[in-house]
Amino acid sequence: MAELLQFMSSGLTVGAIYALVALGFTLIYKASDIINFAQGEFVMLGGMTTVFAALAGVPLPLAALIAVVATTAIGMALHRFAIEPARGASPVALIMITIGASIFLRGVAQIVFDRRFHSLPPLLGADPIQFAGAAILPQSLVVLAGATVIVLLLWLLIERTLLGKAVVATAANRLAARLIGIDTRRIVDFSFAVSAAIGAIAGILITPIALTSYDAGTLLALKGFAAAMLGGIGSAAGAVVGGLLIGMMEAFAAGYVSSNYKDAVAFLIILVVLVAIPQGLFGRAKVERV
Amino acid sequence: MLSVENLRSAYGRIEVLHGVTLHVDAGEIVTLIGANGAGKTTLMHAISGVQPITAGSVRFETQPIEQWSAHARVGAGISQVPEGRQVFDSLSVKDNLRLGAWSRRGGDLGQSLARVCRLFPMLDAIWEAPAGTLSGGQQQMLAIGRALMASPRLLLLDEPSMGLAPNLVDHVLAVIRSLKDEGLTILLVEQNAGAALAIADRAYVLETGRVALDGNATDIQNDRRVREAYLGI
Repeated sequence: MAELLQFMSSGLTVGAIYALVALGFTLIYKASDIINFAQGEFVMLGGMTTVFAALAGVPLPLAALIAVVATTAIGMALHRFAIEPARGASPVALIMITIGASIFLRGVAQIVFDRRFHSLPPLLGADPIQFAGAAILPQSLVVLAGATVIVLLLWLLIERTLLGKAVVATAANRLAARLIGIDTRRIVDFSFAVSAAIGAIAGILITPIALTSYDAGTLLALKGFAAAMLGGIGSAAGAVVGGLLIGMMEAFAAGYVSSNYKDAVAFLIILVVLVAIPQGLFGRAKVERV
Repeated sequence: MLSVENLRSAYGRIEVLHGVTLHVDAGEIVTLIGANGAGKTTLMHAISGVQPITAGSVRFETQPIEQWSAHARVGAGISQVPEGRQVFDSLSVKDNLRLGAWSRRGGDLGQSLARVCRLFPMLDAIWEAPAGTLSGGQQQMLAIGRALMASPRLLLLDEPSMGLAPNLVDHVLAVIRSLKDEGLTILLVEQNAGAALAIADRAYVLETGRVALDGNATDIQNDRRVREAYLGI
Protein backbone atom coordinates (compact mmCIF):
# COMPACT_ATOMS: atom_id res chain seq x y z
CA MET A 1 0.00 0.00 0.00
CA ALA A 2 2.79 2.41 0.93
CA GLU A 3 4.55 1.35 -2.24
CA LEU A 4 1.46 2.01 -4.38
CA LEU A 5 1.06 5.45 -2.86
CA GLN A 6 4.72 6.18 -3.46
CA PHE A 7 4.48 5.25 -7.14
CA MET A 8 1.27 7.21 -7.51
CA SER A 9 2.76 10.38 -6.11
CA SER A 10 5.76 10.26 -8.40
CA GLY A 11 3.53 9.23 -11.34
CA LEU A 12 1.14 12.12 -10.80
CA THR A 13 4.02 14.57 -10.53
CA VAL A 14 5.66 13.71 -13.84
CA GLY A 15 2.18 13.14 -15.25
CA ALA A 16 1.25 16.74 -14.46
CA ILE A 17 4.30 17.88 -16.42
CA TYR A 18 3.39 15.64 -19.36
CA ALA A 19 -0.12 17.07 -19.16
CA LEU A 20 1.24 20.60 -19.45
CA VAL A 21 3.39 19.64 -22.42
CA ALA A 22 0.37 17.92 -23.99
CA LEU A 23 -1.72 21.07 -23.43
CA GLY A 24 0.94 23.04 -25.28
CA PHE A 25 0.66 20.62 -28.21
CA THR A 26 -3.12 20.83 -28.09
CA LEU A 27 -3.31 24.60 -28.06
CA ILE A 28 -1.07 25.02 -31.10
CA TYR A 29 -2.65 22.10 -32.92
CA LYS A 30 -6.12 23.53 -32.37
CA ALA A 31 -5.20 26.98 -33.60
CA SER A 32 -3.04 26.01 -36.54
CA ASP A 33 -3.21 22.25 -37.28
CA ILE A 34 0.51 22.02 -36.55
CA ILE A 35 2.12 19.52 -34.20
CA ASN A 36 4.86 21.62 -32.67
CA PHE A 37 7.76 19.32 -31.87
CA ALA A 38 9.68 22.22 -30.36
CA GLN A 39 7.24 22.08 -27.44
CA GLY A 40 9.78 20.15 -25.35
CA GLU A 41 12.38 22.85 -25.93
CA PHE A 42 10.03 25.38 -24.34
CA VAL A 43 10.15 23.24 -21.19
CA MET A 44 13.93 23.00 -21.38
CA LEU A 45 14.29 26.75 -21.94
CA GLY A 46 12.10 27.48 -18.92
CA GLY A 47 14.28 25.36 -16.64
CA MET A 48 17.68 26.27 -18.09
CA THR A 49 17.04 30.02 -18.32
CA THR A 50 15.93 30.07 -14.69
CA VAL A 51 19.00 28.11 -13.63
CA PHE A 52 21.43 30.37 -15.44
CA ALA A 53 19.69 33.59 -14.46
CA ALA A 54 19.84 32.42 -10.83
CA LEU A 55 23.53 31.51 -11.23
CA ALA A 56 24.11 35.05 -12.48
CA GLY A 57 22.75 36.29 -9.18
CA VAL A 58 19.18 37.12 -10.12
CA PRO A 59 16.73 36.29 -7.29
CA LEU A 60 14.88 33.06 -8.05
CA PRO A 61 11.34 34.45 -8.56
CA LEU A 62 12.68 37.07 -10.94
CA ALA A 63 14.81 34.46 -12.71
CA ALA A 64 11.68 32.35 -13.23
CA LEU A 65 9.79 35.35 -14.59
CA ILE A 66 12.61 36.17 -16.99
CA ALA A 67 12.60 32.55 -18.18
CA VAL A 68 8.85 32.57 -18.84
CA VAL A 69 8.98 35.89 -20.70
CA ALA A 70 12.01 34.86 -22.77
CA THR A 71 10.48 31.50 -23.69
CA THR A 72 7.19 33.17 -24.62
CA ALA A 73 9.06 35.54 -26.91
CA ILE A 74 10.86 32.58 -28.49
CA GLY A 75 7.53 30.82 -29.01
CA MET A 76 6.10 33.84 -30.82
CA ALA A 77 9.27 34.23 -32.86
CA LEU A 78 9.04 30.57 -33.87
CA HIS A 79 5.60 31.25 -35.31
CA ARG A 80 6.41 34.63 -36.88
CA PHE A 81 9.74 33.79 -38.46
CA ALA A 82 9.64 30.05 -39.10
CA ILE A 83 6.02 28.91 -39.42
CA GLU A 84 4.24 31.96 -40.82
CA PRO A 85 6.57 32.48 -43.82
CA ALA A 86 5.77 28.89 -44.84
CA ARG A 87 2.02 29.38 -44.56
CA GLY A 88 0.24 27.30 -47.13
CA ALA A 89 2.86 24.54 -47.04
CA SER A 90 1.62 21.05 -46.24
CA PRO A 91 1.23 20.09 -42.57
CA VAL A 92 4.12 17.62 -42.92
CA ALA A 93 6.42 20.41 -44.09
CA LEU A 94 5.33 22.59 -41.20
CA ILE A 95 5.95 19.77 -38.72
CA MET A 96 9.43 19.38 -40.24
CA ILE A 97 10.01 23.06 -39.54
CA THR A 98 9.14 22.55 -35.89
CA ILE A 99 11.52 19.59 -35.70
CA GLY A 100 14.21 21.80 -37.22
CA ALA A 101 13.41 24.51 -34.69
CA SER A 102 13.69 21.96 -31.91
CA ILE A 103 17.17 20.89 -33.05
CA PHE A 104 18.17 24.53 -33.50
CA LEU A 105 17.02 25.54 -30.01
CA ARG A 106 18.83 22.57 -28.50
CA GLY A 107 22.01 23.54 -30.32
CA VAL A 108 21.78 27.15 -29.22
CA ALA A 109 21.08 26.08 -25.62
CA GLN A 110 24.17 23.91 -25.70
CA ILE A 111 26.29 26.92 -26.67
CA VAL A 112 24.61 29.63 -24.59
CA PHE A 113 24.23 27.44 -21.51
CA ASP A 114 26.27 24.25 -21.27
CA ARG A 115 26.05 20.46 -21.53
CA ARG A 116 25.72 19.68 -17.84
CA PHE A 117 22.75 18.74 -15.69
CA HIS A 118 21.29 21.43 -13.48
CA SER A 119 18.84 21.65 -10.66
CA LEU A 120 16.95 24.33 -8.79
CA PRO A 121 16.23 24.53 -5.06
CA PRO A 122 12.74 23.17 -4.30
CA LEU A 123 10.24 25.87 -3.39
CA LEU A 124 9.07 24.31 -0.10
CA GLY A 125 12.26 22.64 1.03
CA ALA A 126 13.60 19.17 0.33
CA ASP A 127 12.40 17.21 3.36
CA PRO A 128 9.90 14.55 2.25
CA ILE A 129 6.50 14.53 3.87
CA GLN A 130 5.67 11.13 5.39
CA PHE A 131 2.18 10.08 4.45
CA ALA A 132 0.79 6.58 5.10
CA GLY A 133 4.25 5.13 4.73
CA ALA A 134 5.09 6.95 1.53
CA ALA A 135 7.60 9.79 1.28
CA ILE A 136 6.17 12.63 -0.77
CA LEU A 137 8.39 15.46 -1.98
CA PRO A 138 7.00 18.90 -1.18
CA GLN A 139 7.98 19.93 -4.71
CA SER A 140 5.53 17.29 -6.02
CA LEU A 141 2.75 19.23 -4.37
CA VAL A 142 4.09 22.43 -5.90
CA VAL A 143 4.08 20.81 -9.34
CA LEU A 144 0.51 19.55 -8.93
CA ALA A 145 -0.73 22.88 -7.58
CA GLY A 146 1.03 24.78 -10.38
CA ALA A 147 -0.41 22.50 -13.05
CA THR A 148 -3.90 22.82 -11.57
CA VAL A 149 -3.69 26.62 -11.60
CA ILE A 150 -2.51 26.63 -15.23
CA VAL A 151 -5.29 24.30 -16.34
CA LEU A 152 -7.88 26.45 -14.55
CA LEU A 153 -6.54 29.68 -16.03
CA LEU A 154 -6.53 28.16 -19.50
CA TRP A 155 -10.09 26.96 -19.04
CA LEU A 156 -11.17 30.42 -17.91
CA LEU A 157 -9.42 31.99 -20.89
CA ILE A 158 -11.12 29.70 -23.41
CA GLU A 159 -14.56 29.54 -21.82
CA ARG A 160 -14.96 32.98 -20.35
CA THR A 161 -13.21 35.51 -22.57
CA LEU A 162 -13.94 36.76 -26.06
CA LEU A 163 -10.27 36.27 -26.88
CA GLY A 164 -10.66 32.60 -25.95
CA LYS A 165 -13.71 32.35 -28.20
CA ALA A 166 -11.69 33.91 -31.01
CA VAL A 167 -9.08 31.18 -30.54
CA VAL A 168 -11.81 28.53 -30.73
CA ALA A 169 -13.31 30.22 -33.80
CA THR A 170 -9.94 30.41 -35.54
CA ALA A 171 -9.34 26.76 -34.78
CA ALA A 172 -12.77 25.72 -36.02
CA ASN A 173 -12.93 27.75 -39.22
CA ARG A 174 -10.03 29.96 -40.18
CA LEU A 175 -11.75 31.37 -43.28
CA ALA A 176 -14.90 32.39 -41.42
CA ALA A 177 -12.78 33.88 -38.65
CA ARG A 178 -10.92 36.04 -41.16
CA LEU A 179 -14.16 37.08 -42.85
CA ILE A 180 -15.58 38.43 -39.60
CA GLY A 181 -12.46 40.49 -39.02
CA ILE A 182 -10.34 38.35 -36.71
CA ASP A 183 -6.63 38.77 -37.39
CA THR A 184 -6.01 35.03 -37.33
CA ARG A 185 -2.24 35.43 -37.59
CA ARG A 186 -2.20 37.21 -34.25
CA ILE A 187 -4.48 34.59 -32.75
CA VAL A 188 -2.02 31.86 -33.77
CA ASP A 189 0.82 34.04 -32.46
CA PHE A 190 -1.05 34.19 -29.21
CA SER A 191 -1.51 30.42 -29.01
CA PHE A 192 2.21 29.88 -29.63
CA ALA A 193 2.96 32.40 -26.88
CA VAL A 194 0.63 30.71 -24.40
CA SER A 195 1.99 27.25 -25.28
CA ALA A 196 5.54 28.47 -24.78
CA ALA A 197 4.68 30.07 -21.45
CA ILE A 198 2.98 26.89 -20.23
CA GLY A 199 6.02 24.86 -21.32
CA ALA A 200 8.41 27.22 -19.55
CA ILE A 201 6.43 27.07 -16.31
CA ALA A 202 6.36 23.27 -16.51
CA GLY A 203 10.13 23.30 -16.95
CA ILE A 204 10.66 25.53 -13.93
CA LEU A 205 8.34 23.44 -11.75
CA ILE A 206 9.94 20.09 -12.58
CA THR A 207 13.64 21.08 -12.52
CA PRO A 208 14.03 20.72 -8.71
CA ILE A 209 12.86 17.07 -9.07
CA ALA A 210 14.01 15.86 -12.46
CA LEU A 211 17.05 18.02 -13.27
CA THR A 212 17.34 19.71 -16.63
CA SER A 213 19.89 19.96 -19.40
CA TYR A 214 20.04 21.35 -22.92
CA ASP A 215 18.51 18.16 -24.34
CA ALA A 216 15.88 17.53 -21.65
CA GLY A 217 13.14 18.67 -24.02
CA THR A 218 13.34 15.82 -26.50
CA LEU A 219 12.01 13.08 -24.27
CA LEU A 220 9.47 15.42 -22.66
CA ALA A 221 8.11 16.35 -26.07
CA LEU A 222 7.68 12.70 -27.01
CA LYS A 223 5.97 11.87 -23.71
CA GLY A 224 3.77 14.92 -23.99
CA PHE A 225 2.93 13.97 -27.56
CA ALA A 226 2.02 10.45 -26.39
CA ALA A 227 -0.21 12.05 -23.76
CA ALA A 228 -1.93 14.25 -26.33
CA MET A 229 -2.46 11.22 -28.61
CA LEU A 230 -3.82 9.11 -25.77
CA GLY A 231 -6.22 11.86 -24.74
CA GLY A 232 -7.23 12.55 -28.32
CA ILE A 233 -5.25 15.22 -30.15
CA GLY A 234 -7.05 18.54 -29.97
CA SER A 235 -8.87 17.83 -26.73
CA ALA A 236 -7.68 19.87 -23.74
CA ALA A 237 -9.33 17.56 -21.20
CA GLY A 238 -7.78 14.63 -23.06
CA ALA A 239 -4.34 16.22 -22.80
CA VAL A 240 -4.62 16.49 -19.02
CA VAL A 241 -5.99 12.99 -18.50
CA GLY A 242 -3.53 11.53 -21.02
CA GLY A 243 -0.60 13.18 -19.28
CA LEU A 244 -1.59 11.95 -15.84
CA LEU A 245 -2.24 8.42 -17.13
CA ILE A 246 1.13 8.19 -18.87
CA GLY A 247 2.92 9.52 -15.80
CA MET A 248 1.23 6.90 -13.60
CA MET A 249 1.82 4.03 -16.00
CA GLU A 250 5.46 5.04 -16.25
CA ALA A 251 5.83 5.14 -12.47
CA PHE A 252 4.17 1.73 -12.10
CA ALA A 253 6.29 0.22 -14.86
CA ALA A 254 9.42 1.60 -13.23
CA GLY A 255 8.36 0.45 -9.77
CA TYR A 256 6.91 -2.99 -10.46
CA VAL A 257 8.85 -4.04 -13.55
CA SER A 258 12.13 -2.23 -14.00
CA SER A 259 13.10 1.40 -14.31
CA ASN A 260 14.93 0.40 -17.50
CA TYR A 261 11.58 0.17 -19.25
CA LYS A 262 10.18 3.43 -17.90
CA ASP A 263 10.70 5.39 -21.11
CA ALA A 264 9.35 2.57 -23.26
CA VAL A 265 5.90 2.95 -21.74
CA ALA A 266 5.10 6.16 -23.57
CA PHE A 267 6.11 4.69 -26.93
CA LEU A 268 4.15 1.53 -26.30
CA ILE A 269 1.14 3.70 -25.58
CA ILE A 270 1.58 5.67 -28.81
CA LEU A 271 1.61 2.40 -30.75
CA VAL A 272 -1.43 0.97 -28.98
CA VAL A 273 -3.39 4.20 -29.37
CA LEU A 274 -2.57 4.50 -33.05
CA VAL A 275 -3.65 0.94 -33.73
CA ALA A 276 -6.60 0.53 -31.38
CA ILE A 277 -8.08 3.98 -30.70
CA PRO A 278 -6.65 6.48 -33.19
CA GLN A 279 -9.12 9.16 -32.10
CA GLY A 280 -7.88 8.88 -28.49
CA LEU A 281 -9.90 8.72 -25.28
CA PHE A 282 -11.57 12.12 -25.63
CA GLY A 283 -11.35 12.63 -29.37
CA ARG A 284 -14.60 12.61 -31.24
CA ALA A 285 -15.06 11.24 -34.69
CA LYS A 286 -15.86 14.18 -36.93
CA VAL A 287 -19.52 14.70 -37.56
CA GLU A 288 -20.35 17.25 -40.17
CA ARG A 289 -23.62 18.64 -41.22
CA VAL A 290 -23.96 19.27 -44.91
CA MET B 1 -19.19 52.79 -52.89
CA LEU B 2 -17.36 49.71 -54.14
CA SER B 3 -15.57 49.61 -57.42
CA VAL B 4 -13.66 46.65 -58.75
CA GLU B 5 -11.54 47.13 -61.83
CA ASN B 6 -9.93 44.60 -64.07
CA LEU B 7 -9.57 42.16 -61.21
CA ARG B 8 -7.61 39.01 -61.88
CA SER B 9 -7.17 36.13 -59.49
CA ALA B 10 -5.73 32.64 -59.74
CA TYR B 11 -5.47 29.41 -57.82
CA GLY B 12 -1.87 28.42 -58.41
CA ARG B 13 -1.38 28.76 -62.15
CA ILE B 14 -5.03 28.51 -63.03
CA GLU B 15 -6.58 31.91 -63.48
CA VAL B 16 -10.20 32.04 -62.36
CA LEU B 17 -11.02 35.73 -62.73
CA HIS B 18 -9.86 37.20 -66.03
CA GLY B 19 -10.28 40.90 -65.39
CA VAL B 20 -13.63 41.58 -63.71
CA THR B 21 -14.96 45.13 -63.54
CA LEU B 22 -18.02 46.07 -61.54
CA HIS B 23 -19.26 48.70 -59.16
CA VAL B 24 -21.85 49.00 -56.43
CA ASP B 25 -23.31 52.39 -55.56
CA ALA B 26 -24.38 53.40 -52.07
CA GLY B 27 -27.84 52.12 -51.15
CA GLU B 28 -28.08 49.63 -54.02
CA ILE B 29 -28.69 45.92 -54.09
CA VAL B 30 -26.50 44.56 -56.84
CA THR B 31 -26.66 40.90 -57.69
CA LEU B 32 -24.06 38.74 -59.30
CA ILE B 33 -25.44 35.70 -61.05
CA GLY B 34 -23.70 32.92 -62.86
CA ALA B 35 -23.23 29.18 -63.06
CA ASN B 36 -21.17 27.04 -60.74
CA GLY B 37 -17.49 27.72 -61.25
CA ALA B 38 -18.01 31.10 -62.86
CA GLY B 39 -15.85 32.66 -60.15
CA LYS B 40 -18.55 34.32 -58.02
CA THR B 41 -17.19 33.11 -54.68
CA THR B 42 -13.61 33.82 -55.72
CA LEU B 43 -14.63 37.39 -56.51
CA MET B 44 -16.37 37.74 -53.14
CA HIS B 45 -13.29 36.37 -51.38
CA ALA B 46 -11.05 38.77 -53.30
CA ILE B 47 -13.23 41.72 -52.27
CA SER B 48 -13.00 40.60 -48.63
CA GLY B 49 -9.24 40.11 -48.86
CA VAL B 50 -9.07 36.37 -48.24
CA GLN B 51 -8.21 35.51 -51.84
CA PRO B 52 -5.03 36.95 -53.36
CA ILE B 53 -5.35 38.89 -56.58
CA THR B 54 -2.81 39.04 -59.37
CA ALA B 55 -3.92 42.28 -60.99
CA GLY B 56 -6.56 44.96 -60.83
CA SER B 57 -7.86 47.24 -58.14
CA VAL B 58 -10.56 47.30 -55.48
CA ARG B 59 -11.73 50.66 -54.19
CA PHE B 60 -14.02 51.13 -51.23
CA GLU B 61 -15.46 54.62 -51.04
CA THR B 62 -12.42 56.71 -51.88
CA GLN B 63 -9.65 54.34 -50.86
CA PRO B 64 -7.81 51.61 -52.76
CA ILE B 65 -8.07 48.59 -50.47
CA GLU B 66 -6.59 45.76 -52.54
CA GLN B 67 -3.48 45.72 -50.33
CA TRP B 68 -5.45 45.73 -47.09
CA SER B 69 -5.70 42.71 -44.81
CA ALA B 70 -9.05 40.99 -44.42
CA HIS B 71 -9.54 42.32 -40.90
CA ALA B 72 -8.79 45.88 -41.98
CA ARG B 73 -11.51 45.60 -44.62
CA VAL B 74 -14.04 44.41 -42.03
CA GLY B 75 -12.99 47.32 -39.86
CA ALA B 76 -13.54 49.69 -42.77
CA GLY B 77 -17.13 48.48 -43.19
CA ILE B 78 -17.18 45.48 -45.53
CA SER B 79 -18.73 42.33 -44.05
CA GLN B 80 -19.32 39.05 -45.78
CA VAL B 81 -21.83 36.28 -45.15
CA PRO B 82 -19.87 33.39 -46.62
CA GLU B 83 -21.21 30.64 -48.81
CA GLY B 84 -22.36 27.65 -46.76
CA ARG B 85 -22.95 29.84 -43.68
CA GLN B 86 -19.70 28.86 -41.92
CA VAL B 87 -20.96 29.49 -38.40
CA PHE B 88 -18.72 28.37 -35.53
CA ASP B 89 -20.38 25.06 -34.67
CA SER B 90 -19.11 24.55 -31.14
CA LEU B 91 -19.82 28.11 -30.02
CA SER B 92 -23.22 29.33 -28.87
CA VAL B 93 -25.44 31.61 -30.95
CA LYS B 94 -24.55 34.45 -28.60
CA ASP B 95 -20.80 33.86 -28.89
CA ASN B 96 -21.03 33.69 -32.68
CA LEU B 97 -22.73 37.08 -32.64
CA ARG B 98 -20.30 38.58 -30.13
CA LEU B 99 -17.39 37.43 -32.29
CA GLY B 100 -19.07 39.10 -35.25
CA ALA B 101 -18.33 42.40 -33.52
CA TRP B 102 -14.65 41.48 -33.01
CA SER B 103 -13.49 44.33 -35.25
CA ARG B 104 -15.00 46.86 -32.85
CA ARG B 105 -14.51 44.95 -29.62
CA GLY B 106 -14.72 47.00 -26.49
CA GLY B 107 -17.57 49.00 -28.01
CA ASP B 108 -21.20 48.70 -26.97
CA LEU B 109 -22.80 45.61 -28.48
CA GLY B 110 -26.26 46.08 -26.96
CA GLN B 111 -27.71 47.97 -29.90
CA SER B 112 -26.29 45.61 -32.50
CA LEU B 113 -27.52 42.55 -30.62
CA ALA B 114 -30.97 44.11 -30.30
CA ARG B 115 -31.02 44.84 -34.02
CA VAL B 116 -30.12 41.23 -34.88
CA CYS B 117 -32.85 39.97 -32.53
CA ARG B 118 -35.36 42.30 -34.13
CA LEU B 119 -34.44 41.01 -37.60
CA PHE B 120 -34.33 37.37 -36.54
CA PRO B 121 -36.66 36.82 -33.58
CA MET B 122 -36.09 33.06 -33.91
CA LEU B 123 -32.50 33.46 -32.68
CA ASP B 124 -33.68 34.91 -29.38
CA ALA B 125 -35.07 31.59 -28.20
CA ILE B 126 -31.89 29.63 -28.93
CA TRP B 127 -29.40 32.11 -27.55
CA GLU B 128 -27.27 29.55 -25.71
CA ALA B 129 -27.50 26.68 -28.21
CA PRO B 130 -24.29 25.63 -30.00
CA ALA B 131 -24.53 26.89 -33.59
CA GLY B 132 -23.83 23.38 -34.90
CA THR B 133 -27.16 22.15 -33.57
CA LEU B 134 -29.19 24.74 -35.49
CA SER B 135 -31.18 24.02 -38.63
CA GLY B 136 -29.88 25.27 -41.95
CA GLY B 137 -32.30 28.19 -41.93
CA GLN B 138 -31.36 29.21 -38.40
CA GLN B 139 -27.67 28.98 -39.28
CA GLN B 140 -28.23 31.28 -42.24
CA MET B 141 -29.97 33.83 -40.02
CA LEU B 142 -27.10 33.53 -37.58
CA ALA B 143 -24.50 33.99 -40.31
CA ILE B 144 -26.24 37.16 -41.52
CA GLY B 145 -26.62 38.38 -37.95
CA ARG B 146 -22.95 37.72 -37.26
CA ALA B 147 -21.93 39.77 -40.30
CA LEU B 148 -24.23 42.63 -39.22
CA MET B 149 -22.60 42.74 -35.79
CA ALA B 150 -19.58 44.41 -37.38
CA SER B 151 -21.87 47.33 -38.37
CA PRO B 152 -20.95 47.12 -42.04
CA ARG B 153 -21.87 49.66 -44.67
CA LEU B 154 -21.39 47.15 -47.47
CA LEU B 155 -22.73 43.62 -46.99
CA LEU B 156 -21.54 40.81 -49.25
CA LEU B 157 -23.90 37.86 -49.31
CA ASP B 158 -22.71 34.64 -50.94
CA GLU B 159 -25.57 32.28 -51.80
CA PRO B 160 -27.76 33.04 -48.79
CA SER B 161 -30.63 30.94 -50.14
CA MET B 162 -28.57 27.82 -50.77
CA GLY B 163 -30.12 24.71 -49.30
CA LEU B 164 -33.05 26.51 -47.71
CA ALA B 165 -36.73 25.57 -47.90
CA PRO B 166 -38.76 27.90 -50.18
CA ASN B 167 -40.50 29.75 -47.34
CA LEU B 168 -37.13 30.42 -45.74
CA VAL B 169 -35.77 31.72 -49.03
CA ASP B 170 -38.61 34.26 -49.03
CA HIS B 171 -37.77 35.19 -45.46
CA VAL B 172 -34.10 35.74 -46.27
CA LEU B 173 -34.99 37.86 -49.28
CA ALA B 174 -37.38 39.93 -47.16
CA VAL B 175 -34.59 40.49 -44.65
CA ILE B 176 -32.21 41.60 -47.39
CA ARG B 177 -34.79 44.11 -48.61
CA SER B 178 -35.32 45.48 -45.13
CA LEU B 179 -31.54 45.86 -44.72
CA LYS B 180 -31.51 47.89 -47.89
CA ASP B 181 -34.31 50.04 -46.50
CA GLU B 182 -32.14 50.66 -43.45
CA GLY B 183 -29.55 52.10 -45.80
CA LEU B 184 -27.19 49.15 -46.20
CA THR B 185 -25.50 48.58 -49.55
CA ILE B 186 -25.61 44.97 -50.70
CA LEU B 187 -23.75 42.78 -53.16
CA LEU B 188 -25.64 39.53 -53.51
CA VAL B 189 -24.34 36.38 -55.17
CA GLU B 190 -27.06 33.92 -56.08
CA GLN B 191 -27.60 30.80 -58.09
CA ASN B 192 -31.29 31.37 -57.56
CA ALA B 193 -31.23 34.06 -60.23
CA GLY B 194 -34.98 34.63 -60.28
CA ALA B 195 -35.12 35.42 -56.59
CA ALA B 196 -32.04 37.62 -56.72
CA LEU B 197 -33.23 39.64 -59.73
CA ALA B 198 -36.58 40.20 -58.04
CA ILE B 199 -35.04 42.26 -55.25
CA ALA B 200 -31.96 43.70 -56.99
CA ASP B 201 -31.52 47.13 -58.54
CA ARG B 202 -28.80 46.05 -60.94
CA ALA B 203 -27.20 42.79 -61.96
CA TYR B 204 -24.02 41.38 -63.40
CA VAL B 205 -23.83 38.02 -65.15
CA LEU B 206 -20.50 36.32 -64.58
CA GLU B 207 -19.40 33.64 -67.05
CA THR B 208 -16.10 31.76 -66.62
CA GLY B 209 -14.38 34.59 -64.87
CA ARG B 210 -15.67 37.46 -67.02
CA VAL B 211 -18.63 39.80 -66.82
CA ALA B 212 -20.78 38.66 -69.73
CA LEU B 213 -23.65 41.06 -69.21
CA ASP B 214 -24.71 43.83 -66.90
CA GLY B 215 -27.58 46.23 -66.54
CA ASN B 216 -30.56 47.03 -64.40
CA ALA B 217 -32.31 44.05 -62.91
CA THR B 218 -35.47 44.22 -65.01
CA ASP B 219 -33.53 44.37 -68.26
CA ILE B 220 -31.38 41.42 -67.22
CA GLN B 221 -34.49 39.53 -66.20
CA ASN B 222 -35.94 40.05 -69.67
CA ASP B 223 -32.76 39.23 -71.54
CA ARG B 224 -33.33 36.22 -73.77
CA ARG B 225 -30.00 34.54 -72.99
CA VAL B 226 -30.41 35.04 -69.25
CA ARG B 227 -33.91 33.62 -69.36
CA GLU B 228 -32.67 30.52 -71.13
CA ALA B 229 -29.45 29.98 -69.19
CA TYR B 230 -30.33 31.05 -65.66
CA LEU B 231 -34.05 31.34 -65.25
CA GLY B 232 -35.01 28.16 -67.06
CA ILE B 233 -37.73 29.86 -69.05
